[in-house]
Amino acid sequence: MWIVNVFGLALIGLIVWWFWLYKPKEIEVDENELVIVVENGTYHPSHIKLKANESVTLQFLRKDASPCSETLLIPEADVSETLPLNTVKKVVLPAMKQGEYPFHCQMQMYRGTLNVK
Amino acid sequence: MQHSHLETESADHCHNKHQMQELIIEGAGCASCVGKIETALKKVPGVESAEMNFAQRTVSVVGTAQADMLVAAVEGAGYNAIIHQNIDENALLDEKEKADEAYYKKLIREMTIALSLGIPLMAYGLLGGEMTVSTTTERIVWLIVGLLTLGVMYFAGRHFFVGAWKSFQNHSANMDTLIALGTGTAWLYSMVVVFAPNWIPEMARHVYFEATAMIIGLINLGLALELKARGRTSEAIKRLIGMQVKTARVIRDGKELDIAVEQVLQSDKVRVRPGEKVPVDGNVIEGHTAIDESMLTGEPMPVEKKMGDEVVAGTINKSGSIVFEATRVGKDTALAQIINMVKRAQNSKPPIGRMADVISAYFVPVIMIIAVGSALIWLNFGPEPVVAYAIVSATTVLIIACPCALGLATPMSVMVGVGKAAEAGVLIRNGEALQTASKITAMILDKTGTITLGAPKVTDVILAGAHTEEDVLMYAASLESGSEHPLAMAIVESALEKSVSPQKVEQFNAIAGHGVEGAVGGKQLLFGNEKLMREREVVLADFVQSAQQLAEDAKTPMYFAIDGKLAAIIAVADPIKEDSVDAIKRLIHSGIRVVMLTGDNRATAAAVARKAGITEFIAEVLPEEKANKVAQLQMEGEIVGMTGDGINDAPALAMANVGFAIGTGTDVAIESADITLMRGSLHGLADAIAVSKATLRNIKQNLFGAFIYNAAGVPFAAGILYPVTGMLLNPVIAGAAMAFSSLTVVTNANRLRLFKAKEH
Repeated sequence: MWIVNVFGLALIGLIVWWFWLYKPKEIEVDENELVIVVENGTYHPSHIKLKANESVTLQFLRKDASPCSETLLIPEADVSETLPLNTVKKVVLPAMKQGEYPFHCQMQMYRGTLNVK
Repeated sequence: MQHSHLETESADHCHNKHQMQELIIEGAGCASCVGKIETALKKVPGVESAEMNFAQRTVSVVGTAQADMLVAAVEGAGYNAIIHQNIDENALLDEKEKADEAYYKKLIREMTIALSLGIPLMAYGLLGGEMTVSTTTERIVWLIVGLLTLGVMYFAGRHFFVGAWKSFQNHSANMDTLIALGTGTAWLYSMVVVFAPNWIPEMARHVYFEATAMIIGLINLGLALELKARGRTSEAIKRLIGMQVKTARVIRDGKELDIAVEQVLQSDKVRVRPGEKVPVDGNVIEGHTAIDESMLTGEPMPVEKKMGDEVVAGTINKSGSIVFEATRVGKDTALAQIINMVKRAQNSKPPIGRMADVISAYFVPVIMIIAVGSALIWLNFGPEPVVAYAIVSATTVLIIACPCALGLATPMSVMVGVGKAAEAGVLIRNGEALQTASKITAMILDKTGTITLGAPKVTDVILAGAHTEEDVLMYAASLESGSEHPLAMAIVESALEKSVSPQKVEQFNAIAGHGVEGAVGGKQLLFGNEKLMREREVVLADFVQSAQQLAEDAKTPMYFAIDGKLAAIIAVADPIKEDSVDAIKRLIHSGIRVVMLTGDNRATAAAVARKAGITEFIAEVLPEEKANKVAQLQMEGEIVGMTGDGINDAPALAMANVGFAIGTGTDVAIESADITLMRGSLHGLADAIAVSKATLRNIKQNLFGAFIYNAAGVPFAAGILYPVTGMLLNPVIAGAAMAFSSLTVVTNANRLRLFKAKEH
């Protein structure tokens, strides 16, 4: 029984590490060519590195027909956009200070982070 | 996109001189970049004008230059540029509706596949059929059922599993994760029972294929119904977008051309015939008509428009044919700004939703931990068969938890509430304004232009001599025609209304603080207050009492003497808007302390307040003191709303907890306040407060429901009641509850669509 318990506790530890503690690799926006694909409940890439104090345009391509994926919110940048299906939508971000800015859908099930450095 | 391209081509064909293109500029970090970019663009052959909007980082370029040359010019200046495609909102809306319909059909198809297997299996179980594996025959039969269930998972539930996997790879978790884990665990456990029953204690050799199929079917059904219900929440914005016009008839070089509305330029002359919609904003330069602005302002009566009057895109020309000069086109029209503002407000969140957001962010991993913890507790402390109980409780916890209900609770109500307000001509800037408006305890109303019409008019002419009213008005208007004082303008206007033309005035003399004098047609005229008349020994007799009576009625009386004899008392007043009294009653009735603010003297202020039904007023306030008065009320602990015209009252509006800008017609300063009332009526104010209260009530119901559902559902699914009742929740019931919890939230938000503000 103790094996099962250890396995269960390890599983809980793994959940904590995988979803909260692990820092995934960040993708840098290069020459504004980056297209963020909205598909299967995710933004891909979802962790994006941006330069501080520079306005940038992100391109979103929504392939997911689920209505959840339709709205893109970046609360700190006061961005609220509707993403059309199968069409690239350009979203102009204002110059932002250093910091981590989450972006997500209305229900926060699709989530990503803008890391401004 | 293609549609827009075709329109551009046809317009170019009609008139290849003018073409407006918009570029998005990147890398422009300072205002000084504006000049550099504009200069670079203006050097491109064929560019007639280039104007940059620094705030939005966009440049509007007019001319015949090719788009790639414009981009090259901007890049040459050291910045990046992207051509901004003109997106036809109507076409986007059509595409969205088609996509939603296709998605709905897909969900229904998947639901049918899943329930075709799930319902018979569940019925078999409920009718006493054995769901256990004991014999070889049972193993074969359940293996076939297991493979069929795998088919259901592939054909009807693939999107949950793919979504869960992609999220997992991204180190995030969502609703798909919970469904995939829940149904996957139930299926995997059942397959272990089929393939290796010896690994499982005999009592626990139960299969849960029906749970997997039923849950996938029910959740697909829930998503489909939610999609339909969501469609209804955005009706208001659809209606606004539907008001936009696709083509316009412009007059260029003396020829009338039908062109795409995106191609209409500022200063273009636009013709609108009866029954047509106004394509862009502008000022009438020819003709007169009545225009229905109800969809935009909530004002039911058509508004007369003549030369010089403003017309607004999206409104309907009812009677005459007019030509107007375009003043605001494209995304600058009031309608485009309203659509933009409503869209943004619909997606913004009031502070009340922040707690739900924080919970949503951690929700799914926490549920996964609870599921593992629950299984461990059953395995360690549960009765036999512990494995079966552990699996059922873990699966049920995963399935019953509904992050969507929490996530949807606030935005769905805001979406409907903001849309409902827009229908009544009330533009709410964001969720925060909506929430604060619902809590307002004191409302400051600026007098002029808010409670009153803001345009003084001659209300009484009491004749004192042998002269007729027309004569009196002619002489008085002649005397006042050179003055720009509002009271003087009211007299001139009143004369013109009665078709009396002012004549040339001679020996004009303004007597500071008292009045004016002059001569018209050989008659000596004197116009002013009582003191002036007494100084010039004009006999006033009983007319002083009449004048006092007029003052008590909130009017400003002035004496008018011809050749040294009193000819008339002319009273001027800024009349209270017809429905101000009713609207103020509504505010007071809803428990709000109403305070009137005015620069007028105490006597007039008291009279206006009495007429408007207001008991509390602050008179003789200088414009710059208004913000202090707002602060004073806030010091008293009030949550203060301030209503003004949005231009002169800007500091007070900003100081107030919620600033309301009241517009007349559609000439509003949309950007200047938290809430903009599109029509001049104060009923808009009462509507705004009523709709914000209703929306907040709806959000609270939704949040309460979603919290209670999850807070009660998850422990119940984990088996907290088992020691008392001896029962564990069936995963299928959990699936149904989860599917319908988010539908309930959306449906409750939709109830707001039925909300009607009562005007009387």
